[in-house]
Amino acid sequence: MPGPEQCDEVEMLSLMLLIRRFEERASQQYQAQKIGGFCHLYIGQEAVVVGAVAATRHDDYIITAYRDHAHALARGTTADACMAELFGKATGCSRGLGGSMHFFDRENHMYGGHAIVGAHVPLAAGMAFAAKYRSEDRVTLCFFGDGAINQGGFHEALNLAGLLKLPIVFICENNLFAMGTSVERSTSLKQIVDRAEGYDMPGEIVDGMNFREVRDKLAEVVTSIRKNPHPAFIEIRTYRYRGHSMSDPASYRTKEELEKFRLDDPITRLRAQLTREGKLTNEEFDEMDKRAKEMALASVKFAEKSPEPPLEKLYDYTYANGASA
Amino acid sequence: MREITYRQALNEALAEELERDPNVFLMGEEVAEYNGAYKVSQGLLDRFGSKRIIDTPISENGFAGMGVGAAMVGLRPIIEFMTFSFSLVAFDQVVNNAPNMLTMSGGQFNIPITFRGPNGPAHQLGATHSHATECLYANVPGLKICTPATPRDAKGLLKTAVRDNNPVLVLESELLYSSKGLVEPLDYELLIPLGEAELKREGTDVSIICYAQTVPLALATAETLQNEEEINAEVLDLRSIKPLDLTAILTSVSKTHRVVIVEQDRPFCGVGAEVCYRIQKEIFDELDAPIMRVSQEDVPMPYNERLEKAVLPSAEKLIAAVKKVCYA
Repeated sequence: MPGPEQCDEVEMLSLMLLIRRFEERASQQYQAQKIGGFCHLYIGQEAVVVGAVAATRHDDYIITAYRDHAHALARGTTADACMAELFGKATGCSRGLGGSMHFFDRENHMYGGHAIVGAHVPLAAGMAFAAKYRSEDRVTLCFFGDGAINQGGFHEALNLAGLLKLPIVFICENNLFAMGTSVERSTSLKQIVDRAEGYDMPGEIVDGMNFREVRDKLAEVVTSIRKNPHPAFIEIRTYRYRGHSMSDPASYRTKEELEKFRLDDPITRLRAQLTREGKLTNEEFDEMDKRAKEMALASVKFAEKSPEPPLEKLYDYTYANGASA
Repeated sequence: MREITYRQALNEALAEELERDPNVFLMGEEVAEYNGAYKVSQGLLDRFGSKRIIDTPISENGFAGMGVGAAMVGLRPIIEFMTFSFSLVAFDQVVNNAPNMLTMSGGQFNIPITFRGPNGPAHQLGATHSHATECLYANVPGLKICTPATPRDAKGLLKTAVRDNNPVLVLESELLYSSKGLVEPLDYELLIPLGEAELKREGTDVSIICYAQTVPLALATAETLQNEEEINAEVLDLRSIKPLDLTAILTSVSKTHRVVIVEQDRPFCGVGAEVCYRIQKEIFDELDAPIMRVSQEDVPMPYNERLEKAVLPSAEKLIAAVKKVCYA
């Protein structure tokens, strides 16, 4: 797998575009009532997961919370499988049984998709524990929002990871709001990264609107962990342009605040960097964007014509068969 | 066959499974250096080392969740709760994560994990430490639950649980740890399937359906009934709550036509309520009397010894229920 220095930034930009165009389509399909349940969009935060993926290996473990579409797409789950999951179809990445908040893709080492805030942070510690137990050098990337950092499970997992020196990066995607509650209203600390100090692990703040900064910081941390297993904490400051979920008009924040972040858009930023450096022309960008839009649209068509999970298989996934030899 | 304690039987099961499969590890509070709060893991740290016998801080949600995560990527954790009353702190991991993962992921991630430890009232531990959690967990699809009452069942069920590809709760009993019973020799591979009840005493007049701590109670009471009331009771030990061995239940009831269910949990939505429903649904015409249940009283457990005794199932309550269904 390519290291971060060799990662193709144009390709990463193209991935960010795919995520955005996919999410826009998902939004449209949700409004058309083709998608049920809750649906949380990632638009604005694309540089976070794409930067992290660019800095790591494909066999590193990834696990996240319920705002998870981008994490699957970034890991290589197809737009078709993602959209089909939103439609609840058998061709979805969780066979239509998980939905928006429970994307899983074993082949691509994407371990969910977890909808109880903070509850997956101990799972991530367990995955990192397993890697260390088997003397593997893979790293676990555990993503969560700023809303998770006040849950008990989060604290227990950080303590255990510190105690057992687990190879894990706790990545807080701080988008300033846990649903409608701002960080100032939820957290007694001035800055989230200070949680790391309480568990004796290194902590860093990273600008989540800057792909290169995310990638470079993650690469540095992951390299250090591979050499000598330890936990690390990264607070990535980012912003979601949409509400918490599709039903949230986000009236708890100002238009000015949103505009401020939109002006710092991660896709625009990486595009400008690449254009300035002569690595990308406007035509190439437009072509990439067109392709992303086409893939998103095609995923809707794929989802529409995909079959429902069969009724007669209702009981097939409650228990796994067999036992260890 | 040898006579060993229930504690020793569990210890042997752990050691054998740790020996057999390098993916198996034991994690929990005081399991390693302290040798287990109830000494079930005695000697395992010395034998298997700190990589596989892992002490945790008091952090049930954290280490139960770690077990689930490790199971997602191929390990086979055994998570010890010092008591299942403490599993309530990890309820989200046991109920929401472990058993849901297979369905939520469309069949991609099964969770081969064993949660084990003592469950049910012991002696004067008060309300917070006396929970019989089987009825809570039995409500959750995706979990399997067994309740060994003898050393042999303890060993055979725990070994099977560790090998199962699903989350299995092995609900032990603090009051039984020092009890003794016959178990096959050490070189015998003892595996008792989950979902298989065992007839612990054959009888003709009434079926006493029991599990866990109520098994010794039922067996002793059956002798009393025989000697003092000339009632020949059959004692069926469920051994597993989920899956439930309905066939064994129906076979026994079809023979005796009278049923008393004696359970260690509470009456409202207790295990006996489900067993009762299934019997009347399947073989209503076989019944010669309404089914009776003997359970805890529906109150938080009082500390006072006399009151605690009044809350728990007892020989007196069981005898009264049996006489009622036998119209004796």
